[in-house]
Amino acid sequence: MPALLEAKGLTAGYGAAPVLHGLDFEVEEGGVTALLGANGAGKTTTLRAVCGMLRTAGEIRLGGQSIAGRATEEIARLGLAHVPDGRGTFMELTVEENFRLGAYIRRDREVQADFERMWAWFPRLKQRWRQQAGTLSGGEQQMLAIARALLLRPRLLLLDEPSFGLAPLIVQEIFAIMRRIREESGVGILLVEQNANLALELADRAYLLETGRIVVAGPAVELREDEAIRHSYLGY
Amino acid sequence: MSATDRIAALPLRRPAAGLAAWQRGALLLAGLAAALVPLWLLESFHLFQLTMAVIMALAVLGLNIVTGYNGQISLGHGAFFAVGAYATAILMSHLDWSFWATLPVSAAVCGLVGYGVGFPALRLGGLYLALTTFSLAVAVPQILKHRAIEDWTGGVQGLFLVKPDPPGFLPLNADQWMYCVALIVAALCFLLAWNLIRGRIGRALMATRDHPIAAEAMGMDIAALKTQAFAVSAMITGLAGSLSAVAVEYVAPDSFSFALSINLFVGMVVGGVASILGSLFGGLFVLFVPNIAEAISKAAPGVIYGVLLIAFLYLLPDGFAGLLRRLAARLRRGAG
Repeated sequence: MPALLEAKGLTAGYGAAPVLHGLDFEVEEGGVTALLGANGAGKTTTLRAVCGMLRTAGEIRLGGQSIAGRATEEIARLGLAHVPDGRGTFMELTVEENFRLGAYIRRDREVQADFERMWAWFPRLKQRWRQQAGTLSGGEQQMLAIARALLLRPRLLLLDEPSFGLAPLIVQEIFAIMRRIREESGVGILLVEQNANLALELADRAYLLETGRIVVAGPAVELREDEAIRHSYLGY
Repeated sequence: MSATDRIAALPLRRPAAGLAAWQRGALLLAGLAAALVPLWLLESFHLFQLTMAVIMALAVLGLNIVTGYNGQISLGHGAFFAVGAYATAILMSHLDWSFWATLPVSAAVCGLVGYGVGFPALRLGGLYLALTTFSLAVAVPQILKHRAIEDWTGGVQGLFLVKPDPPGFLPLNADQWMYCVALIVAALCFLLAWNLIRGRIGRALMATRDHPIAAEAMGMDIAALKTQAFAVSAMITGLAGSLSAVAVEYVAPDSFSFALSINLFVGMVVGGVASILGSLFGGLFVLFVPNIAEAISKAAPGVIYGVLLIAFLYLLPDGFAGLLRRLAARLRRGAG
């Protein structure tokens, strides 16, 4: 069985300057892959390249189907949901309206059932249902962004630094929810994260990026044991 | 208890949604009464002005769809207004069509022109789009004067036409009936726009305005949404143009100068950007405030108008719509 997401020799950049230099990585069906690395290593660029926001070279396959060079919105319709950096919350709309936007492309009758699933995972969002999203706390906005992306019913979820700018306790809460989502939904996750500890706990595969190249790849367990990574990224 | 019932029990943000059915009905009846009372209260000239205000409100509504809700700045909506007016005038004066029959044609023509303008708009954002649409507003009056189409447009002279006759069973004169016609067309368009905006498409328009990257990531075809927004917007403003042609009983290129486009823009900002109801106030403002300015000072009405405009922007930074929202919030707090 092919991997859910497979990238081979992925190269991308902004304008003429390449940022990624031939990355090979994959996400298993229902698995979690973490992309680690310092600021400017190319993590966010990798996510943008996967979902068609940048001009790319190389192979990208979603469930065996090539998605390289396709429009972002088309890739989304193929089952890839992206929580962009900065979360992309629609501040002036209510939580409910943000939910409905997440289900924008869906024509099936199970949207309401999925709303209820999201409420079970994110009870705070249910409490805030009719509030303007702009009045939510940072953590709640992150939850909203994840819930909204899941409402697309994706096969693969791209998450860009879900811990960014949040208090440690809230980050713990969000990662606990993500573990639950992983177990209960079967969605594959490609996670970009600076908090390597948390990311490696959640992930089963991980890649370490340095200036646009993958320098370490392997099962998350092994990366956690890796001496060099522990020193530079895990801090113990 | 179903999920939707549980949601309904939660506090609401929208003032209208917080009202009981009878309250909403009462508001609607009050609005209808307020709209119809001028029929008997105002004599011809003032009723004509009010008719024009309704027409301007409709034109502002069109602009609000593309600029307010979709974030594409247009300083050229006067051009769509002109195209609508000429579509109706040409069909009525050359081909003897009835006014009502011209409306679908006018809507279709304006929708097509708007759709066409929507394509270059995709490449040009913000200020560049503003200038491009502005150049459209400057060009259209001159195109209308052009010799090649003079036989149809009447050139500089323009075209004359007559108001639709009131139906025999109504005790109304032509001016009163014209006011009703404008009200009916405008009410239908406002209703359609309201339905469009509060639904799936409206949310998508706002999403592409506020966060195009996230909107795309959710599977929205931004190019299609933006061009369609232009089409619908041009259609509504064009229908306002059609109404103005029969209300004035005359179309001429110089009635549709770029000042009209700017006026529509002013109406949108003063009424409330991205507000359906605000468009109504915007229409009243651009029609009546210049008159008020002239009543205050015949010598320098422009100065007075400018001062009044600045005063409005200071006092009502989110337009009339913002004022209404604040009042509604205060009422709710008082009630709760």
